[in-house]
Amino acid sequence: MTRWTMVADLRRCVGCQTCTAACKHANATPPGVQWRRVLDLEVGEYPDVQRAFVPVGCQHCDDPPCMTVCPTTATRKRADGIVTIDYDLCIGCSYCAVACPYQARYKTDHASFAYGGAPAANERQRHDPARVAVATKCTFCVERIDRGVAAGQTPGVDPDATPACVNACISQALAFGDLDDPASNVSRLLAGNRHFRMHEALGTGPGFHYLWDRDDAAGGVPALQQLVAEAQGLA
Amino acid sequence: MNYGPRPWVQQHWDLRAAANFTCGGAGAGLIAWTAAMALAGTSAAAGVPALLLAGLALVGIGLGCVALELGRPLRALNVFRNPRTSWMSREAIAATLLVAVTLVLAWGAGTAAAPAAATLAVVLALAFVWCQGRMLHAARGIPAWRSSATPALMAATALTEGAGLWWLTAPWHGQGTRAALAGFGVLIVLRLIAWLAHRRSVAAHRRVAAALAPAGVSLGALGTLAPLALIVVAAMLGDGAWGLALAALAGALAFGAGAAFKLALILRGSFNQGFAVERMPVRGTRA
Repeated sequence: MTRWTMVADLRRCVGCQTCTAACKHANATPPGVQWRRVLDLEVGEYPDVQRAFVPVGCQHCDDPPCMTVCPTTATRKRADGIVTIDYDLCIGCSYCAVACPYQARYKTDHASFAYGGAPAANERQRHDPARVAVATKCTFCVERIDRGVAAGQTPGVDPDATPACVNACISQALAFGDLDDPASNVSRLLAGNRHFRMHEALGTGPGFHYLWDRDDAAGGVPALQQLVAEAQGLA
Repeated sequence: MNYGPRPWVQQHWDLRAAANFTCGGAGAGLIAWTAAMALAGTSAAAGVPALLLAGLALVGIGLGCVALELGRPLRALNVFRNPRTSWMSREAIAATLLVAVTLVLAWGAGTAAAPAAATLAVVLALAFVWCQGRMLHAARGIPAWRSSATPALMAATALTEGAGLWWLTAPWHGQGTRAALAGFGVLIVLRLIAWLAHRRSVAAHRRVAAALAPAGVSLGALGTLAPLALIVVAAMLGDGAWGLALAALAGALAFGAGAAFKLALILRGSFNQGFAVERMPVRGTRA
């Protein structure tokens, strides 16, 4: 089996929002809709304050509350763990949006464009009316994954088969891969580092893991750069 | 918009969705109470159809408001596609059956089929309000809704509001008995218990508790204590005009406070839980 998973290394993320921009570029989301966003969190009170940049978005949960509540079956989960939305079935009731504990879902009631009412040339070309007035969210760039897998590529290793946000990350804070493959980059990162999942207590089983410290007991793990190079036969 | 660890009030469901829970719940409660009173022989037969239709109108207003919230209203029939897991689909099915059975009951009040239809109407109205409570309970992103006490609270509130509307119109439709008045009092107490359980379950979420506090105080004082006192006095006064007037006032208070609380629950207490970073990143060298 395959379980596509995202790993975000909080030690590496610098909050540059390149992943956010790459997502908007890849998915042509309208203004105000950020399927991938990076939070700039300050925790604590002066003088004991810490800051972290936290990439968030759809967590592609094992038990997605958005899918359970959806009255139309528009939201589904694939066998590889990716949660999808059928825009032609969705009625835009927003029930999934209130059920999602990760604020990952969006609904834009009307088509909107970056520079007022009229679309720019690129927006005119890429605007998808099927996505207006229905729920939308991060898809893990499922089209790239499917196309890449069909071509024999490895998502998370081969850029053409990897989500745009992961490809764009300047510090390799984001990694993508198959959690069910113990040799995959994400499995090795998780094995070698201490990590958590957001709102774990809710039982949703998020497919998005956050690394926060190295796991000394694991004997150390190579950097993501080296893992990818190894997989590509470059190291 | 504040995206961070501090929760903020969800913006996806607004007054239109709240109207479904308020009007729909009260309407189903009115149908349930009216049908139950008809079964018990308490309700004057002449008033039954009008009360049932009033309940249906409220349910219809609620569903109509939801339709206004849909992004794609022309696909509304898709709402029936997922009864296997979605309480919204189940609510839609319950509502459809409730409308049909209530129309049959309103049309055939006093006929031989009326008792069976009334029983079915009570069951379907209960199913409808239960679905509404479970709908909120299934919204795992909203602590005030996902509380295990929410379904009971929503059901108790809906039934009490429905009974309240019935008593509000009692001077017009006939007389309720002391047993019916006692039943109304029991519903009010059950709602109080459900509210206390819900309040306890959300106490850890301080902003939620603070947002719901004013409506809770109103529910406790105006929606519980005052109606109970009025019910006691009305029962002592008997079936006269003053007794009915006090019972009607009790009904109005029980309905108003319940409706206000549900609006607060949907619109003001619906904080999400923000984003939680369980561990901050450990950067740099360590000693």
